[in-house]
Amino acid sequence: MGEATAAAVPQEGAEASASLADQLRRQGAQTALRFLTCGSVDDGKSTLIGRLLYDAKLVFEDQLAALAADSKTQGTQGGDLDFALLVDGLAAEREQGITIDVAYRYFTTDRRKFVVADAPGHEQYTRNMATGASNSELAVILVDARKGVLTQTRRHSYIAALFGIRHFVLAVNKMDLVGYDQAVFADIERSYRSFAAQLGGLDIVAIPISALRGDNVARASEAMPWHQGPALLPHLEAVAVEGGEGLGAFRMPVQWVNRPNADFRGFSGTVVSGLVRPGDALVALPSGRASRVERIHTFDGELPAAGPGQAVTLTLADAIDVSRGDVLCAAERPAQLSDQLAVHLLWMSEDALIPGRQYRLKCAARTVNCVVTELKHAVNVNTLEAHAAKKLELNGVGVANISLNERLVFEPFGQSPALGGFILIDRRSNATVGVGVFDFSLRRADNVVWQALTVDKAHRASLKHQRPCVIWLTGLSGSGKSTIANLLESRLHDLHRHTYTLDGDNVRHGLTRDLGFTETDRVENVRRIGETAKLMVDAGLIVIVAFISPYRSERRMVRRLLEEGEFIEAFVHTPLAVCEARDPKGLYRKARAGEITNFTGIDAEYQSPENPELTLDTVALTAEQSVEKILDHLRSAGVLQP
Amino acid sequence: MPYPNWRGAKFLQQLTHLQRLEAESIHIMREVMAEAERPVMLYSIGKDSSVMLHLALKAFHPSPPPFPLLHVDTGWKFREMIAFRDRRAKELGVDLIVHKNQEGLAKGIGPVSHGSDVHTDVMKTQALKQALDAHGFDAAFGGARRDEEKSRAKERVFSFRNAHHRWDPKNQRPEFWSLYNGRVRPGESMRVFPLSNWTELDIWLYIREENIPIVPLYFAAERPVVERDGQLIMVDDERLPLHPGEAPSRRRVRFRTLGCYPLTGALESDADDLEGIIREMLVARTSEREGRMIDHDVAASMEKKKQEGYF
Repeated sequence: MGEATAAAVPQEGAEASASLADQLRRQGAQTALRFLTCGSVDDGKSTLIGRLLYDAKLVFEDQLAALAADSKTQGTQGGDLDFALLVDGLAAEREQGITIDVAYRYFTTDRRKFVVADAPGHEQYTRNMATGASNSELAVILVDARKGVLTQTRRHSYIAALFGIRHFVLAVNKMDLVGYDQAVFADIERSYRSFAAQLGGLDIVAIPISALRGDNVARASEAMPWHQGPALLPHLEAVAVEGGEGLGAFRMPVQWVNRPNADFRGFSGTVVSGLVRPGDALVALPSGRASRVERIHTFDGELPAAGPGQAVTLTLADAIDVSRGDVLCAAERPAQLSDQLAVHLLWMSEDALIPGRQYRLKCAARTVNCVVTELKHAVNVNTLEAHAAKKLELNGVGVANISLNERLVFEPFGQSPALGGFILIDRRSNATVGVGVFDFSLRRADNVVWQALTVDKAHRASLKHQRPCVIWLTGLSGSGKSTIANLLESRLHDLHRHTYTLDGDNVRHGLTRDLGFTETDRVENVRRIGETAKLMVDAGLIVIVAFISPYRSERRMVRRLLEEGEFIEAFVHTPLAVCEARDPKGLYRKARAGEITNFTGIDAEYQSPENPELTLDTVALTAEQSVEKILDHLRSAGVLQP
Repeated sequence: MPYPNWRGAKFLQQLTHLQRLEAESIHIMREVMAEAERPVMLYSIGKDSSVMLHLALKAFHPSPPPFPLLHVDTGWKFREMIAFRDRRAKELGVDLIVHKNQEGLAKGIGPVSHGSDVHTDVMKTQALKQALDAHGFDAAFGGARRDEEKSRAKERVFSFRNAHHRWDPKNQRPEFWSLYNGRVRPGESMRVFPLSNWTELDIWLYIREENIPIVPLYFAAERPVVERDGQLIMVDDERLPLHPGEAPSRRRVRFRTLGCYPLTGALESDADDLEGIIREMLVARTSEREGRMIDHDVAASMEKKKQEGYF
């Protein structure tokens, strides 16, 4: 859609010329209203936007010609202008007649500039709808007058509110198809308001419209004289969305350290709240180092003060260490720090969110490692009821506790969207798999100081004359892990090494007794064993783990728990047929008979290591030879003296 | 731009629309700079590129823009564009990489002989991919705006491209607030559009407010043109073959967008300054890309080109 300003234009000649300066001043000074349109499939969102643009005379001639042609070939209005075709931009969308991704439109009327985020209605594309919501100040929720408030209506409203929208328009569409009946409208409004009341403190305006016919869109409808409120466009032109909460305390996440030469060290970023002036006392978090603002630099010269939304570069009076991701805060009112937080999350990946798995978390300019430690409950967005859940599927919303590998500067989302919103990134694919908002810190993490013990890992290990490590044997059931582990420990014992073996089956009698064999439980199982192995390494031991551990991501998680070189992954490589023929515990027979389920290799997946330190081919090697191979590796890796 | 006075009772005064857009673009550029290994700025010499370059000067001041500019030269740009490009690069002292598809050049590919589709694919899309691969750039700034065209309206600010530079419109990374996920694996890359939320009018208002130099072709002047299929094509050099009986006439024209000259339609206009251009825009009844023939080739042609790696 082209930039369109026809409605804002005075007529021809001298009049136009005389008012141009005025008009430019007004154009430049106008602020834009960013609004989202959403609703169920076929509620007519795209039609509404098309109608808005058309009625406000904001559709260009070449676009209108293209629309007329497209309406004949692809339209759903029997050859009449199909306004939806104006806005559905992707070929796949036009083919399928649905909206897949959020589209941004820009238009200007005499009174205001608008940025419209047109969001898809299908549940499958909730993440795209949420994307649009996060950058909007108002949501227009469309409802079909014949259908009333639906699941999607509730889901969209919930998500829009979750990601910060406080202003809503309930647009009850297709009023022409219910005979412009006031009672139908009143019923829908009542039902929506009673739902929305649970979302807390929203400003809601309900408007009966017909997007197709233009009733109450750009101008008041003659067909619905009973409607006392404004039509949609006049309302959007007039609604005030600025919060009256003031500027808040100064915060600026440092995006980039600006060092053109040895004499200049500036911190570039966008002010997210508060004001800053030269001389102000600041503190850099999380380090807590303090200084004062020396100058506020911009390309256009130094500023006497800077406020929210301004992109600036600050120099400080003292040469303190500040780097990307740090947040400069007003010294008297610094932001909070925490590594344990309660959050609301929207999950956006086909692979479910599983507690215990590691993700990257990005908040403002900082990226840290994050684990969901506890999924407290999932939210049924239709009823807003909480229900217990072990994982969060695609498009699921949940309340969770998360744990970070370092303290993060944050604020509750309601207080600061810039420091209260975060995304989760998959460590391998780099996809954005989750989005969330911080609710509160689970503890005052800044008060919990790690106890620096005088005796550490190095001391304990040196007393034992060894380098602690984990030898992680992974492979199918019956591949020979336990046999090799047992033999290996005997050999190490003979060499006077201090060892301990964690065997998958034995551990399941105690440490992980409460866990089953679902994917979620297997992840937790590996996490516990990993953490236990880590404690033992800290105690200075050589730890042997014999454990199917079928998933790469969990093995990687354990590798990351440990220091470089401490995790030795040994793939006990035995073909499934061989394991099944051996079947030492008779488990394969039971699995084949369907007596046990989720059995690795039969009806549960085993992911072979990609780059293990060792591969032990048990068909070619005897158990003794495999152990020799491990010992050779330990010698060359410096764990054992050669 | 004069900034608001954040003093006294004016604490709640808002930034203007253009100031908000400027700050957003600067935020995006700094984010790329902090997260990408080897960023580059695609410089197409047009008005949007001029604004983008100006924003880069602002974003990193007092440092110079910490990345090179890349111009993919199809060999068919207006001569005034090339002169402007070289002059600006020299004035600003920025590192400018000019890339031409040598294979295409050897084969004599051009818009007149091969048509806009083949020409654009070989000399622009393929050439761009060659240049990005040759230098190992993992993030490339582009001056595209969402208001230009329907498929661009759907594109993210950070647009992920796989190792073959392809865009997958059905599977874009969701993008929240001003949080951008620029992480890529080796071979993959990001196209980043700092001007996503600017409109054509915003661009002109900003150029005016900031006195940003632009190619003179945007201003009306008498130029030799021929009329073809309803478009006015400027005869910029002798490579444009004239049809029998066709003779260039001098008309007062300007260009709303700039590309390869045989593929770029001029419009008749008297607007020889910025105010004139803006005044014409405010009464315009056609969209910006109407003068761009490459968009009209097939339905959804921009989307298809983008999937193949075009910007």
